[in-house]
Amino acid sequence: MLREFLTRLRFFLSRKRPADLDDELQFHLEQCTRENVAKGMTPLEAHRQAIIAFGGVEGTREQCYEQRPGWGLDRLLKDTRYVLRRLKRAPTFTAVALVTLALGIGATTAIFSVVEGVLIKPLPYPQAESLVGVWQTAPGLKGAAAPGMGDAVPCSPTMYFTYREESRTFQEFGLYEDKGATVTGLAEPDVVPTLVVTYGTLQALGVQPEYGRWFSQADDTPASRETVILNYGYWLRRFGGDPSVIGRTLTIDQRPHTVIGVMPARFNFRNNAELILPERFERDKLFLGQFGLRGIARLKPGVTLQQANADQKHMLAIWLKAWPPAPGFNRAVFESAGFGPKLRPFKQDVVGNVGTVLWVLMGTVGLVLLIACANVANLLLVRAESRQHEMAIRAALGAGWKAIAREMLLESALLGILGGLLGLGLSYGALRVLVARGPQTLPRLSEIGIDPMVLGFSLMVSLLAGLLFGLIPVLKYAAPQVSPSLRGVGRGFSHGREHHRARNALVVVQVGLALLLLVGAGLMIRTFQALRSVDPGFTQPEEVQLMRIMIYEAQVKEPEQVMRVQNQMVDKLAAIPGVASVALASDAPLEGFGSGDALYAKDKTYRAGELPPGLPFRYVTPGFFRTMGTRLIAGRDFTWTELYDKRRVAIVSQNLARDMWGSPSAALGKQIRSGFQHDPWKEVVGVVAEVYNDGPQEKPPALAYFPAMMENFEGDAVKVTRFAVFAVRTKRAATESFLTEARQAIWSVDANLPVFRVQTLKDLYDQSMARTSFTLLMLAIAGGMALVLGIVGIYGVIAYAVSQRTREIGIRVALGAQGSGLRRMFVREGLLLAAIGCVLGMIAAAALTRLMSSLLFGITPLDPLTYATVPVFLLAAAALASYVPARRATVVNPVEALRSE
Amino acid sequence: MPPSKEMPTSTDLLQGTLDLLILKTLSLEPMHGWGIASRIQQVSKEVLQVGQGSLYPALHRLEYRGWIQAEWANSENNRRAKFYSLTRIGKKQLEAELSNWGRLTAAISLVLEQVQE
Repeated sequence: MLREFLTRLRFFLSRKRPADLDDELQFHLEQCTRENVAKGMTPLEAHRQAIIAFGGVEGTREQCYEQRPGWGLDRLLKDTRYVLRRLKRAPTFTAVALVTLALGIGATTAIFSVVEGVLIKPLPYPQAESLVGVWQTAPGLKGAAAPGMGDAVPCSPTMYFTYREESRTFQEFGLYEDKGATVTGLAEPDVVPTLVVTYGTLQALGVQPEYGRWFSQADDTPASRETVILNYGYWLRRFGGDPSVIGRTLTIDQRPHTVIGVMPARFNFRNNAELILPERFERDKLFLGQFGLRGIARLKPGVTLQQANADQKHMLAIWLKAWPPAPGFNRAVFESAGFGPKLRPFKQDVVGNVGTVLWVLMGTVGLVLLIACANVANLLLVRAESRQHEMAIRAALGAGWKAIAREMLLESALLGILGGLLGLGLSYGALRVLVARGPQTLPRLSEIGIDPMVLGFSLMVSLLAGLLFGLIPVLKYAAPQVSPSLRGVGRGFSHGREHHRARNALVVVQVGLALLLLVGAGLMIRTFQALRSVDPGFTQPEEVQLMRIMIYEAQVKEPEQVMRVQNQMVDKLAAIPGVASVALASDAPLEGFGSGDALYAKDKTYRAGELPPGLPFRYVTPGFFRTMGTRLIAGRDFTWTELYDKRRVAIVSQNLARDMWGSPSAALGKQIRSGFQHDPWKEVVGVVAEVYNDGPQEKPPALAYFPAMMENFEGDAVKVTRFAVFAVRTKRAATESFLTEARQAIWSVDANLPVFRVQTLKDLYDQSMARTSFTLLMLAIAGGMALVLGIVGIYGVIAYAVSQRTREIGIRVALGAQGSGLRRMFVREGLLLAAIGCVLGMIAAAALTRLMSSLLFGITPLDPLTYATVPVFLLAAAALASYVPARRATVVNPVEALRSE
Repeated sequence: MPPSKEMPTSTDLLQGTLDLLILKTLSLEPMHGWGIASRIQQVSKEVLQVGQGSLYPALHRLEYRGWIQAEWANSENNRRAKFYSLTRIGKKQLEAELSNWGRLTAAISLVLEQVQE
């Protein structure tokens, strides 16, 4: 066995000399001739008989070669060389086919790597499948659900203790939240996004630090030394990757923190946090409520989600009894809220709702690839048609139809692979751009890249595409049917309809797919229009400059002094030339809310345990509404006197006024207060228009505004807004000169104050529509490519039909046909194909666009305007695409046409 | 017996039979292709005619498998020719094929006798 294998291997590696075989066969012929002469034939006749007896030296030679081990590989290489040479001889065809394929495969590969990186790949944590996001349901607690999370209610700090102590199914459990902190004492004051975690969060994730250690339970306890863990990127940027950073002290939010660890580069939990800080709950000051933290748990091995949910239900019952209700709240409020468990795979927490967008995009680029394949198949059909004569001759000379089919398939497979390689290069470039400047809202952005799975996918797609468009001409031309093509050679003949069926079908498919994609793009354009036409509750957002500051107690202790400092800054900003108005607030529209609570009205009665809806609060100075351009519906704005006198006043949004009292004017003079029982009632002095705070596609929240300084508010004797945003309305917003002056204005009051999150309201507005505009852009690109490819397809078919029917046209012209009639004949043919494609495309669109209904706003997936416009547009383009080649038909000179060939 | 024309051509021979005939012929002495063909024809009293179209591919196939080996030497009329001879594996293979053949023919004749009765 082994010896036989070795012999084969030897022959595989080194072939015999071809001359040997020739010699051997020659010898055979000579022997035969010699014998024939001995039988009495003349030498010539003897030689002739010998050759007849031998029967085809060439065939025998071929068969001998075929015995060689590795001959199959040889043949493949030889055929490949031949195909490559042929492709090189047709540079236009090759270039067009390769570019088409590269675009199709490149786009598919790029989107697939996004889908794979975001949706498919397991999260980069050990045994990531046993991680769950911990949420609750509480149907009785309106407004507690996290925005954009459906009915999921985040965790209360108290749950940290209950879930850790009572759980039978959690191996680890922790809470975390995104925050921000100032870092001072380094080169320049800096504000960085932070991740604040309880003990258990890092332990659940299970990613060991690169240097140092995780937080211990002691680090997470108040009164211990404060500690911090650096994320890799921050460590590289700020400390140059110096491992001796462990043990150093960092001033965070004006307090010293000891660096105890550095996370590795691959640790990517919450996209952009730079520092990780411990939560340090004070256990005896916690109560039911404050649902603002995300929970993560690692399930014990073998525990199912169902078992864990049952466990959570059990723990929620314990939790309700174990903790006191929030001050001012009745325990019945929580007991009647109907708390229930809601665990879900942690991946859902990370990925959020981008799944739909990504799958729609994947489908879209898949369709573009199909159109590209149809186009290449069309090119190959033309090529095969012009090579019909050659193939017929080869078949007549003894090439089997299998050999011809093999060679044609090899050609398309090679095109597929070469196109795929180019496409891979394209997608690599596209991904670099995407990762560098893609939407920041896309989760797991840094995990996107070309990995072995993407490479495998790309190779598979290339081969499949090659097979797909290669098979069509093979089925049509390589089948054993030689004689007809040998007989009817000549370009002047008119072919029957039969002849063009394959190409026509391809064009119909292309038009149909293009229509489908254009309808998708059209729906997104209409959605975008609908979003733009929503009055967001502010005007000219590009003229509103936002800048944030944070005044710590270590800097300014007295709350009243904070307000005075802020007021000075407002005045300085207002003095800058070109500034129309300035205000200060806790948050700008489209930013999140710093706080919120249940809101009581004095004129309503509440049953025991009944909780009025929770809603967000915003704290503002006079002039805020004027600066934002928010309309005052009834009443008036706050005044500075009211603010400094700490008068008990409030302003509500129009929808809140309607919900509570029926009309905006009815709200004036009514008394409201927050959920804290002992807070004084405040009088509603104004009603303002709704602000679409979560972007134009989300319902505007009911909202209560309070002055930026108040007394006796939610436990504070004097409440001021230390973490505040300046809003400046000026035509000079976002210009370098204005920003310099604005910073100078703030620093002239306090030179050590970092100014951060410098952006315009327009930036926030655009971000809130980022998903829509991203989808729109992608679909528009895909639709545009589809349109171009579809139009090229129609053009090609009509142009080819014209060139094939030159002779027929000549006869028609000679018989008196008019140019316009001929043109109409060809345009009609193109339009017919396009119309069939449109009808099929409309049916497909009606069925498929439902899948993207969650991406639409203000229109249905069957938006009549889109469905009416797109086919008209496409038909017009098709008419043009057929008219151009059809015009050539009418300049045919009948004499020449009939003489040609 | 009618002349060889009505007999099956070599391509119709049972698969593997040609290989066996070649191995057996070569077991006597090293031979070139022409010689093998004439020897088979002669020994079978002109019944078996080996077509060149199958003989040479078969010879090459056997050589590639290492059952026979080739050598250039001078033929009887002093012309260089390619002589094939059995290798060690070839000899073993021949024995195996022969016993196989014996079993096969015995089995076939058993069936045929049964049918005749």
